[in-house]
Amino acid sequence: MKIEIITPDSKVYSGDIQSVTVPGRKGSFQVLKDHAPIISTLDAGTVTLADEQGTVQHFEITGGLIEVKKNRIILLADAVRQS
Amino acid sequence: MANLKAIRVRLSSVKSTRQITSAMKMVAAAKLRRSQDAIVQLRPFAAKLEEILTGLNNALRDAETENIYAARKQTSGKVLIVIVTSNKGLCGAFNANVVREARRIMAEKYPEQAKRGDLWFVTVGKKGNDLLKRLKCNILEEHSDLWSDLTYENTAILADRLITLYLSKEYDTIEIVYNQFKNAAVQKLTAEQFLPVTVTENDTDNESADYIYEPDQVSIVRELIPKSLRIQFYKALLDSFAAEHGARMTAMHQATDNATELIRDLTLQYNKARQAAITNQLLEVVSGAEALNG
Repeated sequence: MKIEIITPDSKVYSGDIQSVTVPGRKGSFQVLKDHAPIISTLDAGTVTLADEQGTVQHFEITGGLIEVKKNRIILLADAVRQS
Repeated sequence: MANLKAIRVRLSSVKSTRQITSAMKMVAAAKLRRSQDAIVQLRPFAAKLEEILTGLNNALRDAETENIYAARKQTSGKVLIVIVTSNKGLCGAFNANVVREARRIMAEKYPEQAKRGDLWFVTVGKKGNDLLKRLKCNILEEHSDLWSDLTYENTAILADRLITLYLSKEYDTIEIVYNQFKNAAVQKLTAEQFLPVTVTENDTDNESADYIYEPDQVSIVRELIPKSLRIQFYKALLDSFAAEHGARMTAMHQATDNATELIRDLTLQYNKARQAAITNQLLEVVSGAEALNG
């Protein structure tokens, strides 16, 4: 499943991943393969993703929006700091 | 006959001017490329946000929620125009165009407000600020320092300030006048209504119906509208920034060409004068010798 993390200034990350955990407005949730389509606003917090090889990466976001549809994830973040 | 020395001095001064304009052209071209990249970066973000928002517009219409960003009835009668110009000159009619457009809007769209003194300006860019000051327009705030550090966070602060001015019912309408970047040679002068928001109708089948929404459609729309306003504002500034460098590049290219032409003419004049002087001297020598022989 593919993910794109975009901010107004740049494209932060793009590639295939196994899973991603995001700080949703109603609580943090994880997206795995074949997740139901969802649109959710995000709070400030940490986005954690595991790529194909299982390497884990963290991104600090200040808020944003996520759309999941047919194994394509688009994460619009207001600002991102990689940690 | 023109003075040889005078032409020589003029020639060297035109040459050094050409050096400056051609250097400025190079600098503008390099900056143009960088600012163009910034717009390209923003485009996917803006497009996606727009897509999600139009998909959700139905929710906004159905729900009995009041859209605080839409046009409202009770009015303060005040209008705010945001003028986006550059901090530096030497870019052709770039800044003058914006100010002229602003005055046109003032005269045609808001003549009563202008007469009452209810038309205010927020300026981004020193040049526009100076021009408006000379015209004795009401300037609410100047944000020219934005250009020295043009990031999304910084512009978002100003965008939020504008949104607050609208929501606090201090101003009825907020417009932005700026140069849109078409390509390096063409800037499109644009006047855009920033607030109130014009909601685009979504007549296509709502395929987004099968989404799960968190927390819910209305709250998402409420959060997205200010976000998309901030993006719209950021885009206007980026556009103007790229357009400025495009305009400066064209202006400096023109100037360099003109200088080259002038140098050609002056060189010709200089050589003619030099030759005339030599002919004169020869004539004197020959006629002097002739007189001695005779």
